[in-house]
Amino acid sequence: MSLAPFDAATLFGLMGAILVGLGLYGVVLLESFLRRLLAFNLLGGGVFILFGVVARRGAGAGFSGDPVPQALVITGIVVAFCATALAITLIERLGEEDGDDASGGGS
Amino acid sequence: MTALVLDGGIALLTIGIAAWTIRAGDDFAAVVGFIAYGLVLTLAWTRLGAYDVALTEAAIGGGATGVILMRAGARVKPAPASRPSRLARIIVGALSAAVAAGLAAVVLLPPQPAPSLALDVREHLASTGLGNPIGGVLMAYRAADTFLETVVVLLALFGVWSLGRDAHWGGRPGPAPRPGIGGPLPLFARILVPAGIVIGIYIVWVGADAPGGKFQGATILAAMAILAGMAGLVAAPATSGRRLRWLLAAGPIVFVGIGLAGIPLAGAFLAYPPGFEKPLILVIEVALTVSLAAMLALIVAGPPERSP
Repeated sequence: MSLAPFDAATLFGLMGAILVGLGLYGVVLLESFLRRLLAFNLLGGGVFILFGVVARRGAGAGFSGDPVPQALVITGIVVAFCATALAITLIERLGEEDGDDASGGGS
Repeated sequence: MTALVLDGGIALLTIGIAAWTIRAGDDFAAVVGFIAYGLVLTLAWTRLGAYDVALTEAAIGGGATGVILMRAGARVKPAPASRPSRLARIIVGALSAAVAAGLAAVVLLPPQPAPSLALDVREHLASTGLGNPIGGVLMAYRAADTFLETVVVLLALFGVWSLGRDAHWGGRPGPAPRPGIGGPLPLFARILVPAGIVIGIYIVWVGADAPGGKFQGATILAAMAILAGMAGLVAAPATSGRRLRWLLAAGPIVFVGIGLAGIPLAGAFLAYPPGFEKPLILVIEVALTVSLAAMLALIVAGPPERSP
């Protein structure tokens, strides 16, 4: 094991690590559901960037990065979007239900 | 050296925006911060040389997610702010910092040599007829992932629809259109939508040999549908429509059909018979693009809110 050279991959790798830490802090501590969801997506962005660093370091065979982790991240971004969309709709609906309770029922 | 300064600036900006999004005073400000985060993250992806991922992050991670978040930010009532105690903040902050430090250690002390499948991908790429290695991974080596991913998008759409009120099941998403929207939006949509459709199709087509692909292209097509809807040029479709449902199912059906045909013809599920790789991948990509564009646009449009 030897220290990695300080290049773009290492720099963005450290950025990804900090983003994961920030996101984790927000997911645990923030009160509003919407803000927690945002923090979870910040965390996800950091994890994806770490995959990107793995891809960059695995560059070879004439490619600027290992295509396999890059393809996994593309799949991951789409799945994260789907989960986020579903969660946002749940939060919206939850807000409507709470509003109904406050006004003594409703539609 | 100059490049490292630029990269350092992008990294600091990304971390700053992320921290600001966590600390922002109200929900809407946090949503705006998150959209900016998606855009600077796109810059980081281009600096890592991952242009396919950068396109996906810009289109889906920043763009499509941003539109849904704006919708939610405008509708969800702000939760009463209650600050967690100082002790909780210190403990959670320390534990989160420990996780970040652990990941940083992995980044700084990587395994030597770096693990990579690039050589294996290069070796067999010619047999797929594709020039873009990422397209090759998505459509040939890991086609099962891509198939399940499209099913996940479809399931997410069913989930979003299921969250509408019972009375509106099968109805149209979004508020009723206001008659005669004036101003620049309809003009803007008339000019941008035709160009956007061409760009979206181009991104799908070029994805075989260069950065691009069906997810990125389908997101652009979905954005054009949403823009035309916002400008009042097209009406939101009823979610019970038979043609709409076939449109949504077409991509996954074609994909699984060709995948099952691979069992007798090529010896494995989702294997392509030799010599027919490129045409079969093109057929799947075209069908998936149409279905994905419809799915993504309808996910952004949200659950039905009006009777059919």
